[in-house]
Amino acid sequence: MKTKENILLDIKDLHVWYRVYGGYLKVLNGVHLMVREGERVGLVGEAGCGKTTTMKSILQILPPGDFHIPQGQIFYKGQDILKMNFKELQSLRSREIAMIFQDPTAALNPVFIIGNQIGDVIKYSSAFAENEHKEKIKEQSIKALKEVYLPDPERMRINYPFQLSGGMRQRVCIAMAISSPRNLLIADEPGTSLDVTIQDQIHRLLNKIVEKRNTAIILITHSLGVAKEMADRIYVMYAGTIVETATPEVLFKNPVHPYTKGLLASVPKISGGGIAKGIPGKIPSYLNPPSGCRFQLRCEQESPICSEKPPQLFEIENDHLVACYLTQR
Amino acid sequence: MKQVTNNVILKIEKLKKYFHIGKDKQGPIYVRAVDGVALNIKYGETLGLVGESGSGKSTIAYTVVGMYRPTSGQILFKGKNIGMEASRRSLSSKKEIQIVFQDPGSSLNPRQTIEQILALPFRIHTQTPKKQLQEKMVELLEKVELSPDYLYKSPPSIGGGEKQMVAIARAMASNPSLIVLDEPTSALDVSVQAKIINKLIDLQKEMHLTYLFITHDLSLMRNVANRIAIMYLGKICEVAEAVTFFEKPLHPYTQMLISSVPVITEEEKKLKPKKVISIGEIPSPVNIPPGCSFHLRCPYKMSICSKVDPEMIEFSPGHIVRCHLFTKLENKK
Repeated sequence: MKTKENILLDIKDLHVWYRVYGGYLKVLNGVHLMVREGERVGLVGEAGCGKTTTMKSILQILPPGDFHIPQGQIFYKGQDILKMNFKELQSLRSREIAMIFQDPTAALNPVFIIGNQIGDVIKYSSAFAENEHKEKIKEQSIKALKEVYLPDPERMRINYPFQLSGGMRQRVCIAMAISSPRNLLIADEPGTSLDVTIQDQIHRLLNKIVEKRNTAIILITHSLGVAKEMADRIYVMYAGTIVETATPEVLFKNPVHPYTKGLLASVPKISGGGIAKGIPGKIPSYLNPPSGCRFQLRCEQESPICSEKPPQLFEIENDHLVACYLTQR
Repeated sequence: MKQVTNNVILKIEKLKKYFHIGKDKQGPIYVRAVDGVALNIKYGETLGLVGESGSGKSTIAYTVVGMYRPTSGQILFKGKNIGMEASRRSLSSKKEIQIVFQDPGSSLNPRQTIEQILALPFRIHTQTPKKQLQEKMVELLEKVELSPDYLYKSPPSIGGGEKQMVAIARAMASNPSLIVLDEPTSALDVSVQAKIINKLIDLQKEMHLTYLFITHDLSLMRNVANRIAIMYLGKICEVAEAVTFFEKPLHPYTQMLISSVPVITEEEKKLKPKKVISIGEIPSPVNIPPGCSFHLRCPYKMSICSKVDPEMIEFSPGHIVRCHLFTKLENKK
């Protein structure tokens, strides 16, 4: 681990609501997340817990008009992203932060060759923005394709996305993200739509790139195993709140929050030992979430205080924070 | 396989399923989805069929339930050949084999209530009088731990895990003996997956069911299946008991698969073969490479691999593998 102490990204008490028929979906309910320079952070949670919403609010690419941010701050290098104007946001998206999406088929435009799509990213992110640098842009896109180990990048460049397999498309997406120097990569379940062997390759590739360039990365995943192998620090998310964060060594040995415990026990293991009961119940409705802790309805150690107000993250040891009243008594 | 034939419930022999997709100068082009598969499933066991997408595992499932007619080969169910599409099968054999699909959102009709969905198998396969139908359906819902008021709900109004429970209940309605589970939990979260898998295991004991469990999740199979078969490009590479499978994987592809599984405990880490790292991707089933179909990705590739397709050999009792590395050892013996 080569983490430095400098904080790159700091999300503080972020709330995001979506406007729907009949009210607001209160999706994010006070998310705290911090990324240091060059750090690999894993964000783990079930489907619909707000992982992608958090990431999209960092880049401010939430569906326009449909969302509302009642409170919260997102500091990137000390600057609040939520207060940036359009021009500052554009430069943030093109020079500082890059995102890799879950489904590479949907992320690439089917009617343009991949070389042009990578070229566009390079064009908007670097100093040479005019057409006279066409050759240079081409050169750099081939270099990016080489870096993700795509065979024969010169020929690959003039292919359309449908001519490539799923794993290759995801490599192209990664090439787009790393084609110009970035300080933060956001990878939104980059291997989920792929097979295990290909997923393994993609994760190894990402790891290599991040290590070589000393880029910080936020890896979103719903697989605890992936988070353990990839991350320096893991955030566990449940129904729009961060419930626990720790280094993988601590989290897997000594989980504290009941949800983390349940999640860990639910994962089938290749050493056998059967399958635990799982967690009873389901994620509460975001339209009318319970007041207080959002996990209370599924929790076995529920007490009256849980429904009064949401528990805050509480540091029980260095870098190990838990949002549960059990630890605070 | 040296097993007494009478305890085998489903026997698949030299099964082939080709899909015609067009033609060029050399003649018609086929997708060789399943290309000579032999499998035995014993009474009361869970056979895990594992493979990457495009390996043909779902095609096997659909052929077994009669959604496709095999190009060649035999499927023997309790000794009778059922290698034909469902419309030509007898009603009794259709009653005995049921299927649960991957995505409950699209396998349950959103316009029908759960009551209508569950009534259909009763109407077709049993002579239940109308008065008892309600009672039977409530009983069925209780089996999957859903309350009777679910009868009047429609699929879009309930959660993904509950939908899959309804799909399981529907498969159980005709009291079958073999259920084909086509990735029943891959669309669900781990905490919900655990609940459904446990229910399936309980139901298997209760109703003496046999499962053909199709999945790409090896770690799930370790905990559910009695035996595991690995498929690659329409062919079986390795079949073994679940425990031996992880302790002593033979086929290089199996080793590659196991070493790619992300794990969380130290115990599991020890089981992972470190040598085989994953390279390359599964080739298209239209142009299957000559010889062993895995040789393009295999770290132990020999000259024979690109020419001759290896035979299935029984390496140790119940452990079958199809690889030249072991055919050679066999010949030396």
